[in-house]
Amino acid sequence: MSRTLTPSDRSAVLQQNRAGRGERFLRALRTPGGAVFVLLVALLAAIIAVNPSFGEPDSFIRFIGRTAPIAIAAIGQYFVIVSGEFDLSMGSVVTMQVITAGNLIGDDDAKVIPVLLLMFALGAFIGLVNGLVTTLLRVPSFIVTLGMMLALLGLVLFWTGGAAQGNPADSFRQIGRGGIEGVPVLGVIPYPVIILAAVAALAFWLMRRPYGRTLIAAGDNPTAAALTGAPVWWVKTRAFMLSSLAATVSGILLVGYAGVHPSVGRGYEFTAITAVVLGGVVLGGGRGWVLSAAAGAFALESLFTLLNFVGVQSTWRDSVQGAIIIVAVAAAAKTWQRKRKGTAAPAQEAQPPKKAKQSEHHNGTTAR
Amino acid sequence: MRNQSIRTAVTLAAATSLLALAACTTDPSVTEDPGGSAAASPEATEQEWFDQALYDEQFEQRTADFVGDPEKPYLQYIAGEMKDTSDLAVEGAQKVCFANASISNPWRQTGWITMNQQLKVLQDSGVISEMETRDAKDNDNTQIADIDYFIKEGNCDAFIISPNSTAALTPAVERACDTGKPVVVFDRGVETDCATTFIHPIGGFAWGIDSATFLSERLQEGDKVVALRILPGVDVLEHRWAAAEKIFTENGIEATDYFTGADPTEIKKIISDELATGDVQGIWMDAGDGAVAAIEAFEDAGKDLPVMTGEDEMSFLRKWKETGIDALAPVYSNFQWRTPLLALEKIFKGEEVPAEWVLPQEPIPADELDQWLELNEGMPDGHYAKFGGEDLPGYPEVWQERQMP
Amino acid sequence: MNKARGDGSIFSRLSSTHIVYLVALLTLAVGSVLVATAGRSFFSPGNISSILTGTSVLGFIAIGQTLVILVGSLDLSVPYVTSLASLIAAGVMANNSANILAGVLLALGVSAVIGLFNGLIVSGLKVHGFIATLGMGLIISGFLATNFKGSFGQTPFSFRLVGATGLGPVPISTLIMLACAALAMLLLHRTRVGHQIYAVGGNPNVARMSGIRIQTPVITAHVICSVMAGMAGLLLASRLGVGSPTVGSQGGYDLLSIAAVVLGGTLLAGGKGSITGTLGGVLIFAMMDNIMSVMQVNPFLKDVVRGIVIVVAVAVYARRRIVNRPPRFGHDGHSRQEMPGTEETQEVRA
Repeated sequence: MSRTLTPSDRSAVLQQNRAGRGERFLRALRTPGGAVFVLLVALLAAIIAVNPSFGEPDSFIRFIGRTAPIAIAAIGQYFVIVSGEFDLSMGSVVTMQVITAGNLIGDDDAKVIPVLLLMFALGAFIGLVNGLVTTLLRVPSFIVTLGMMLALLGLVLFWTGGAAQGNPADSFRQIGRGGIEGVPVLGVIPYPVIILAAVAALAFWLMRRPYGRTLIAAGDNPTAAALTGAPVWWVKTRAFMLSSLAATVSGILLVGYAGVHPSVGRGYEFTAITAVVLGGVVLGGGRGWVLSAAAGAFALESLFTLLNFVGVQSTWRDSVQGAIIIVAVAAAAKTWQRKRKGTAAPAQEAQPPKKAKQSEHHNGTTAR
Repeated sequence: MRNQSIRTAVTLAAATSLLALAACTTDPSVTEDPGGSAAASPEATEQEWFDQALYDEQFEQRTADFVGDPEKPYLQYIAGEMKDTSDLAVEGAQKVCFANASISNPWRQTGWITMNQQLKVLQDSGVISEMETRDAKDNDNTQIADIDYFIKEGNCDAFIISPNSTAALTPAVERACDTGKPVVVFDRGVETDCATTFIHPIGGFAWGIDSATFLSERLQEGDKVVALRILPGVDVLEHRWAAAEKIFTENGIEATDYFTGADPTEIKKIISDELATGDVQGIWMDAGDGAVAAIEAFEDAGKDLPVMTGEDEMSFLRKWKETGIDALAPVYSNFQWRTPLLALEKIFKGEEVPAEWVLPQEPIPADELDQWLELNEGMPDGHYAKFGGEDLPGYPEVWQERQMP
Repeated sequence: MNKARGDGSIFSRLSSTHIVYLVALLTLAVGSVLVATAGRSFFSPGNISSILTGTSVLGFIAIGQTLVILVGSLDLSVPYVTSLASLIAAGVMANNSANILAGVLLALGVSAVIGLFNGLIVSGLKVHGFIATLGMGLIISGFLATNFKGSFGQTPFSFRLVGATGLGPVPISTLIMLACAALAMLLLHRTRVGHQIYAVGGNPNVARMSGIRIQTPVITAHVICSVMAGMAGLLLASRLGVGSPTVGSQGGYDLLSIAAVVLGGTLLAGGKGSITGTLGGVLIFAMMDNIMSVMQVNPFLKDVVRGIVIVVAVAVYARRRIVNRPPRFGHDGHSRQEMPGTEETQEVRA
């Protein structure tokens, strides 16, 4: 607002984008959204060092399969966070969907498809409510989704008396538990891996569409986005719907993976937000790459797995997790600062840390 | 606007200091010495939860003779000191106040359903006029406030307290005792014997002994057991692990423990990771929630199913039957939720009750599995087989649909 | 916000703090009717004391949370600080009244150090408050789970009196909480750092350009927030008679305190809001809990009611102007996102 791009800035930007492929790749790795991939590779290497069998294709693909639910949730949460909002209701949505599947499907295979449709409708509806209350009633999304989290879980527990009837038909559970058998090298490709790939591809495509660009613009500066004529309220509302739908997909996978239990999904919102932030996406909106969010989920799960393998005393795990989150996010923040000083124009010297976003955007465009 | 808030601040500060200068009115029910030796001794040793005397006592109680009709296990008790309640005898229907820790897990929910059906019976027979319940949602501070509210405002003729934690609730239970009305404590205990009766199954050590002995008999030295625990710091759960850990160590069985929060997702990941690093021969659980996920982790990894101890929760019993694993279902008797109201019935009549009412706690072995599955057919997965409410009104619909007020 | 002011109705001219107290009054009215139908008196000493006891612990934490939110951050580590403080206090006191001062000082001191770390991580390492304090909370929770298995220590009788004594129906703990609220108000409105808190929360760039070191108010707010959580821990140690590693997380005080602050009309993005409003928010929660307990509402449904009330109440005044911001830092209309340089970012992306 107070400053426009000087010609020297502009040429710096152009030069940056004109750089060679390899150089651009390396530069992308130094952004927070890229650094998470480095972190992920380091963690996976550490796991394989501790337990070489983890690196075998069949156990590795299983690892991807079991991380799929949280990665899908992280992708959903990404849409909301990049638009500048929060979705704390995610965990309750997962629990609700898990219990819905358990109680409504029962042993009846014929009910699988109708209930599946119902679950998606419920998910979309919850997202719609979250979104409309946030955008039209102007209630902060942190509060809207916190209220939704309490109300939804309370309703589900009230409805079921706290416990589900039992696991639904096996055909439904196969979605999260089964896979394509007899694949060479891998042995089996779990369905969750395929679903994750599809969701990731869809999210990637969506973020390259005008919708994705408007969403980021809405998170970056809603006023400016509104001035360009974008219907910010509807753009954000759809982000909430995408988040709840992602939670629905996670729930469907978890019914298969873990089974029906009222504690499935507990704490999912915090895990998903942590994963997204670990992926270099900035709370407050406007910056970040969707696949980095998924990578953040993988990094987080790898960390938990590593802690299991090295036999850290179970009570200390929270502490290790907390320390690593802080260090990773602090390191990411440092990367921006270095980038800012290194590549951007010296005119930015006197600007506050938030301004670091500008240089990040350059790389964001490169990475995207 | 700014001036206004400063005015508010100054008013608040002035009012506070003024009030502080005025003579304080101490709640007379707070007493100098809670229960004599009530102090939670600050010992931070490794063996904090292990108590040899309690271990030995519960070891014996597992095979003790229980007084009473075996058809009504919720009324049985181990012979011991009885409390004379003739001075508590009253005429007519009485009002009961129940300070509940929570109904935040399926075990407590099942018990709560049973308790309400038992209440209906006693209301119909004119023993109890009403039961007012306050649920503390797992919060010590709330439960203390709940008990104080009952004492001041509840017009209670009797108290039932299911403490959220042991040491913290002791003073509040004593305040309830000071009213002179009957006080029944059940499930977790408190560090005072002022209550008219304290109702509980044998206990956590017995659970640990039953389950760990079962595993140790079937496994060999050097075999690996994964212990799945819900959360740290809860005495009834810590006792189970303290006893089991001791027995595993004595038998040379390698046991690794994890906290799962009863979340099947966590359980399945933990077992999968353990199976990726080596074979696991046994699974021990401090509560049956999520047992199915543990077995499925073995199935999905294509490994031999383990020897296992779970709980009398229906999902575990059903999976046990389906897979035919070698298993045992330890029981933390859910029927104890009936006993407090029945104890009050006796107390109101002036009949003597055990000072410490130790209820039977028998695990379900393989040869009883079919019988318990049949008895509980149609019950939801989160139901507990030994809920003991088969003769109550509303059976079985109320438990099948988990209806609670 | 500007739109709302244009409505011209009396309602739109009310500040959010007024509305908070109107909602509180409404809750009171509805509550007294409902409680009367249950055959009880809402205004009996026992009930008032029960409500006020309910406000104390959450009140302490919400006061601190208000400062942190005003400065544009969040604190999710409060429940664990509260538990830690209760353990330190009860452990040091060990049932000896000679140790009370040492216990109180050490508990608050450790809390302050945690707050200092939070503040340094947020302002120095540029980690968002959500993540910084989530991580700090996890670190403390691991420490608690490893070192404390169940309750620990004991507070002496004289210290337990604090939690059990009242002036008539008003518990001493509530008065201490109100005194802390008064101090926090004086800090916010009468000191340089107080104004800086509003300024930095309102717009960090403008604040920085007008010569404020952002670190100072951020760290101050975080230290005070943790100390307040420590105070809550001391009160709980006094009420429980022992320290407990789970007493903070049992209450869910992290999210509940944030909800109370926002319910009290403070802008979650920072820069606008008041302690007075927060106290109203805390009171609304306490009354709601009390009414539902007297009515014996199903515990699961309690959460449903709580969730709906939070959203509806905030929606009622979400479009109202939010007050009690020192006027010297300009008028509202500066949303945090409107930072210099955002337009060119759009340009670059296009």
